[in-house]
Amino acid sequence: MFLLIEQLLNGLQFGLLLFLLAAGLTLVFGIMDFVNLAHGSLYMMGAYFAATFVGWTGSFVLGAILALAATLLLGIALEFVALRHLYGRDHLDQVLATFGLILFFNDMVRLIWGPAGLALPLPTWLTTPVQLLPGVYYPAYRLSIIIVALLVAALLYLVVMRTRIGMLIRAGASNREMAGALGINIKLLFTLVFGLGAALAGLAGLMQAPILTVQIGMGENILILAFVIIVIGGIGSIRGAFLAAIFVGLIDTLGRAFLPDLLRKVLSGAAASTAAPALSSMLIYLLMAIVLVVRPEGLFPAAKR
Amino acid sequence: MKFKLNASNVLVAVVCAALVLLPVYSAVTGNIFILTLFTRIVIFALAASSLNLMMGYGGMMSFGHAAYLGIGGYAVGILAAEGIGSGFIQWPVALAVSALFALVIGSLSLRTRGVYFIMITLAFAQMAYYVASALSRYGGDDGLTIYKRSTFDGLINLSDRTQFYYLCLACLFGGVYLIWRIVNSRFGLVVQGVRSNEQRMQAIGFPAYRYRLTCFVIAGTICGLAGALLANNTDFVSPAVMYWTRSGELMVMVILGGMGWLFGPLIGAIVFLVLEELLSQFTEYWALIMGPLLVLIVLFARGGIMGLLGRVRRG
Repeated sequence: MFLLIEQLLNGLQFGLLLFLLAAGLTLVFGIMDFVNLAHGSLYMMGAYFAATFVGWTGSFVLGAILALAATLLLGIALEFVALRHLYGRDHLDQVLATFGLILFFNDMVRLIWGPAGLALPLPTWLTTPVQLLPGVYYPAYRLSIIIVALLVAALLYLVVMRTRIGMLIRAGASNREMAGALGINIKLLFTLVFGLGAALAGLAGLMQAPILTVQIGMGENILILAFVIIVIGGIGSIRGAFLAAIFVGLIDTLGRAFLPDLLRKVLSGAAASTAAPALSSMLIYLLMAIVLVVRPEGLFPAAKR
Repeated sequence: MKFKLNASNVLVAVVCAALVLLPVYSAVTGNIFILTLFTRIVIFALAASSLNLMMGYGGMMSFGHAAYLGIGGYAVGILAAEGIGSGFIQWPVALAVSALFALVIGSLSLRTRGVYFIMITLAFAQMAYYVASALSRYGGDDGLTIYKRSTFDGLINLSDRTQFYYLCLACLFGGVYLIWRIVNSRFGLVVQGVRSNEQRMQAIGFPAYRYRLTCFVIAGTICGLAGALLANNTDFVSPAVMYWTRSGELMVMVILGGMGWLFGPLIGAIVFLVLEELLSQFTEYWALIMGPLLVLIVLFARGGIMGLLGRVRRG
């Protein structure tokens, strides 16, 4: 029972983290119609920046804030130098150019930080377990990820739905040309949205860094997961991304935790131990394939253009 | 088809002649390295050509094409590990399994369009990757070493570098010829028509879905052959062959050479792999140059190398 609660929380935490990544991806996709494979690289850069700045400043919070700012700036610079010339191009062109950027970032990180992974140690106040219910302990750090991610999600909702800039973003998403014709500085808006997406990816990266090792290519697997989420949720829909991210986080975590035992009850030991890891890695892709076949537009498609 | 003397045709003719004569050069100069490099290039050119059939002529942007490389490779590797060394069994099995896989994922993927199609083909390739990683009997994550190359009853010896190279080259030319025949057949014209305007083709009575699916399966099968060749070339097959970055590289080769040009993928594969080889001799961090180069190519060289040459001709 305690194990189930713990795994549910782990799933929620993973899902929220995926949401941060998917939110930026779906914003950029929904508004600029831009497929950004390099989003995973920004996630990786967020983690590397955090590991570096925390080392320099000696403070986890200060280092995290610096890393966030650095990823934001990097995102804006990237948009300014290369990506803004790719808006309005074929999706395939965008996939290729950003694929090139992945190659570039991976080698740049190898050049600067070396091929070995980095570790980001946590301050002691984040390592002690917290008692949630009588007898149910949960790591404080994972709990704080859940809280921060929920806050960011709420903030994102407020910004997009309740502020002027959010109104412009929504206007840009529903009809770019019309928004431009009405005098909105579309170029600036796009740069801003891209920077926001980059910062969200960086936040996801720096929060995940203490749990996993900071290493080259860490953004690639999780990028594919984020794409799966925005496809399941419906491209361009933040609400869809939120629900799909939590769904995927739970399924992935629970699948990895409980599928091996479940299979062992049905199959023989050897067959189960072969099938379980494959099946639990495949679960999400299976889910996406089913969703796409049944509802090719995703579960919660954004309003039609 | 009449041969026209223009920049792109001359380039293709020169490259093909050079590929045929390459083993002679290698034997004269004793440069074995160039032969092994070009064996790899020829194999990847075959895989990229099959992707070109799908992307360039069929308009289907598959981001999971490397899956067939792995499936063809694993078919050879698993049969070899189980003691079946004959190529007359291994290769047809590799082709059949690739075709079957393409049929299954194609019939599901082709219900979607655009980015969704790109993503669903990627998802299926990732599934194949995880299945291969879980095959603990056949090496799992670490991959499977193939101790003996496919045997063809003394007809051809794959362990001989030159013979193997010519086999790969024959497969490449055969594959390109097949694609050329397909593209210019009634079937190929329908597939290209569907790429331009699916609704119109539907309206004049062509079952677009079945035509696209058939094209998808043919492309997957050809790539499965490339997978069987690749496994024999490296004496090894691992899940990494199917990883999504490999699919990305195949796409790069097609676009770089020129999508929708018969020999575009060959030119693209040569440029990409030779560049990778040269840059990695020059610096360990070759991707630092290759990455931005790709961005520049996308930005400034639309239509790839063949497209550029075509533009030169037109002035």
